[in-house]
Amino acid sequence: MVPLRYSRATHVGGAIETVSLDPNAKFLGGGTNLIDLLKLGVEQSSTLVDVTRILPQAIERQPTGGLRLGAGARNAVVAQHPIVREHYPVLSQALLAGASPQLRNMATVGGNLLQRTRCAYFTDVARACNKREPGSGCDALTGFNRMHAILGASEHCIATHPSDMGVALAALDATIHVKGPGGSRAIAISDFHRLPGRTPDIETVLARDELIIAIDLPPPSPRERQRYTKVRDRASYAFALVSVAALVVLAEDGTIRSARLALGGVAHKPWRAIIAEQRLLGAPPTSAAFEHAAAAELVAARVHAHNGFKVALAKRTIVRALSMATGEAA
Amino acid sequence: MTPATIGTGRYVGQALDRVDGASKVRGRARYTGETPLANTAYAVAVQSTIALGYVEAIDTSATERAPGVLDVITWENAPRLKPLPEGSPVRSGQSHLVLQDNRVLYYGQYLALVVAEELEQAEHAATLLRIRYAAEQPAVSLETSLSEAVVPRAVLLINPPPVDSSRGNPAAALEGAPVRLDLTYTTPVETHNPMEPHATVATWDGDTLVLFETTQWVMGARTMVAAHLGLPIDKVRVVSPFVGGGFGAKGVPWPHMTLAAIATGRVGRPVKLVLSRQQMFGQTGHRPATFQRLSLGADRNGNLIALTHDTVSDTSRFDDFVEAAGQATRVAYKCPNLSTSHRIVRVDVNTPSPMRGPGEASGSFAVESTMDELAYAVGLDPLELRLRNYAETDEDTGKPFSSKALRECYVQAAERFGWARRPRQPRSMRDGHILVGWGMATAIFPVKLSPASARIQLYPDGTAIAASATHELGTGTYTVLAQVAADALGLPLDRMRLVLGDTILPNAPSSAGSQTAASVGSAVLLAAREARQKVLELAVVDPQSPCFGLDPSQVTIEAGYLVAIQDPARREPWERPLQREPRFNDRTPLEVSARWTPPDRAERNWSGWSFGAHFCEVRIDEDLGEIRVSRWTGGFAGGRILNAKTAHSQIMGGIVWGIGQALHEHTVYDPRTGIIVNDDLADYHLPVNADVPTIEAFFIDELDTLINPLGVKGLGEIGISGSAAAIANAVYHATGVRIRDLPITLDKVLSPT
Repeated sequence: MVPLRYSRATHVGGAIETVSLDPNAKFLGGGTNLIDLLKLGVEQSSTLVDVTRILPQAIERQPTGGLRLGAGARNAVVAQHPIVREHYPVLSQALLAGASPQLRNMATVGGNLLQRTRCAYFTDVARACNKREPGSGCDALTGFNRMHAILGASEHCIATHPSDMGVALAALDATIHVKGPGGSRAIAISDFHRLPGRTPDIETVLARDELIIAIDLPPPSPRERQRYTKVRDRASYAFALVSVAALVVLAEDGTIRSARLALGGVAHKPWRAIIAEQRLLGAPPTSAAFEHAAAAELVAARVHAHNGFKVALAKRTIVRALSMATGEAA
Repeated sequence: MTPATIGTGRYVGQALDRVDGASKVRGRARYTGETPLANTAYAVAVQSTIALGYVEAIDTSATERAPGVLDVITWENAPRLKPLPEGSPVRSGQSHLVLQDNRVLYYGQYLALVVAEELEQAEHAATLLRIRYAAEQPAVSLETSLSEAVVPRAVLLINPPPVDSSRGNPAAALEGAPVRLDLTYTTPVETHNPMEPHATVATWDGDTLVLFETTQWVMGARTMVAAHLGLPIDKVRVVSPFVGGGFGAKGVPWPHMTLAAIATGRVGRPVKLVLSRQQMFGQTGHRPATFQRLSLGADRNGNLIALTHDTVSDTSRFDDFVEAAGQATRVAYKCPNLSTSHRIVRVDVNTPSPMRGPGEASGSFAVESTMDELAYAVGLDPLELRLRNYAETDEDTGKPFSSKALRECYVQAAERFGWARRPRQPRSMRDGHILVGWGMATAIFPVKLSPASARIQLYPDGTAIAASATHELGTGTYTVLAQVAADALGLPLDRMRLVLGDTILPNAPSSAGSQTAASVGSAVLLAAREARQKVLELAVVDPQSPCFGLDPSQVTIEAGYLVAIQDPARREPWERPLQREPRFNDRTPLEVSARWTPPDRAERNWSGWSFGAHFCEVRIDEDLGEIRVSRWTGGFAGGRILNAKTAHSQIMGGIVWGIGQALHEHTVYDPRTGIIVNDDLADYHLPVNADVPTIEAFFIDELDTLINPLGVKGLGEIGISGSAAAIANAVYHATGVRIRDLPITLDKVLSPT
């Protein structure tokens, strides 16, 4: 690990200024990912600006009826918050499905959105990786790629986004509030993360000196049913092979009035399954309809040597999550 | 004292807490990396990022200029090392010597050692090393190299079995068998991953090189380093009082020890070298992958007629390590025509090493899966099939078993599990979308025994010390040896102190092969008996003793008192005769050493094996494939149980290892470059607590009067034997899908769309 300076910011403006002026400075949240990457030499930084004490940590109901999560709120706190548990259970479920209790106690929701892929070729500096070193190639394409993306990938990068929380936020249509030297702006979660394309090193639309301040959740729809389903290789402390956040509102006649669906473990970003959502509108909440929608979403899937099973698994996980959300037997 | 009477002591057999438990929980037990030596310098090893080729150049200039750097050692300035002498009884982890030339023979090979004032400085300086390679195309896959399989030169194990075996005429018998199965099973490379990382703290004490090392074999480690550095063996001392898990990775010494020893000489200060989790993948052993072919012939009633078991496993280019998967097959069942063979494929990886249940863990998966397949082929219950083929003698050697309570293990474990309620057909139990399956398997592990020595010191203050150069791996060695010594001496347990893990102590074998309790325990027993006899002899000639004038056989020591057997009122604290004898004081105790040597294999008229029976339940999501083990019952016969609590923990640990082997563990090599892809605990999956159900394990009492004076057979590995097969068999029962390739990940059981 390269020696670096650690500083504790005393206010948001100062933290942003420090990072803005020093091209090698970085914001430090819970550190559960960044510190590992610094040790591995994947990330470099001259100065870490610890923002955990200055970022809002409150979880507050908004006048609009929505909920604001301070970017410094710890994952464990959000997961157990009574409003989150009652009105946004999909978020609580997703958070509790991720990492371990120790990591959730440290990790912040702002940092969670910015965590980086666990692709082994990204975290090993001796390998070719366009995300870590643009233009060097992608060793995952011909390497061991069981965990890798099946949707939205490119020939330059097939890494997946590892977050569980982000999948729930994508389905919930969260808004990310950020602040930078030029002021504040709000970014829809669906616009926040990018697909790899030719520039997999650019993972979000956030500028490097912009700081996530808060995440807003729209007002809950009282009749919306929510479910997070995660499939993994062991019972806990494992990244998703596939995960699905499903939010469904049924109309009076029992058909689907709205469906919001996001997938984890399959793409470079939390994957909003828009095609499946459209197929579900007006459909009955049956296994057949769920399967039909899932199949439509996965038409675009592209597989590599070791991750072909994810296509069928993604379809079935969509069906399971929808079935559980709508109360249908699986 | 026969095994029948040792059990009448107060401690042996009880479920006692560990004597070192509190010190471990409180952080007072000192592990190698915590050795506090003044002026310690820190070393970081730099490794090859290619698997095969040459180092064309190492540019150390930036590293040498980095803050705090004391030394940079590469093959260009390292001392030339001497190999272990030909025929040495000590085997190191790898014969390949560290930093001797610029050839790279496996991924992660040490190419340099950076030594600095502080750990962080060494870590930083290590990143500044510039290494230019000429890479070659490596071959690391067993499967694609099978055509290059060769006969190994030897099986490198404790009590090595022959490479091949044959009885009867398997080929002809298979031809004529009414039921015939020809099956192939594979197991992947696995990595030990003890919780405590490998570590060495090296220093010179006068003319003696002292190495604090986390090892299962202080004596072997000493021999290796002395040989490599050309030092007299008595000028090297290895100290290892506590080991945070070894599982075979620490059973043989590895080159990081030599690196630390070289460094301390060069910088003239103590040097600490702790491997990272990533560095332990490939540098401290692995369980080799196996490719196993089984052919089985039986009659329509399920009686075995013929069995052949042919194993190929991987090894390095320079050492013939053999995964002895067929060893237990020779003994497991009654079968007149049987052959086993072991072949190796040399690939571009470092040398494998024994890993908990070496051979048996891999081989039992194949054999016990095959028996399950036979049960379905002939329409028998899998337990009934095993009872029909129960081996009453060791048909490999023709000798009777020293003890074998396997039938009781089967029957009682089946009863507790409720096996009789199991429907025969696969896919016949379900709970909503969860398919439920029950599987069983036999556990079998050879009793390994080695010569061992121990010393007992009795002090006039009434305390006693037992000492041996054996090891505490988390297995409970301090505790069980204290129990044995206290009972044999007749002392309360709190008067016993144990000193272990140091080459200045009486010789002991590696703590591997489940042999420590049996071998070192026997030595402690002999020494303690003799020490007790000396106290009795002192007392009866001591006019001040109430036992004066009696024959030593008429006196005993009980609960710390010398007692006349016929007249218990004649008694005094046991240490009184020592206090009255001016020869003894707190620096000069009464001291007795003893060595226990197991009888030669050829001279034994018995065959020693531990046995057990696993029964388990799995729950599998029919749509999503997720597999969870939900219930486990196992019965085990391991001779005398010294401590019911630590014994149960050993079995639980073995079964948890079996769950990992069955469902999770797999060291993945990149198919093109030969690098290890998943070299950390986030990506190399072990079972977490949520993967482990309540494990019900119990023991069948065996009175084994043949195996050794304690009647102990060993429990360190029997728990993993057969456990992966029990899970695989349960997976088949749940799903109807037979998985013959470990690990059984969900993609393998996902039903087709």
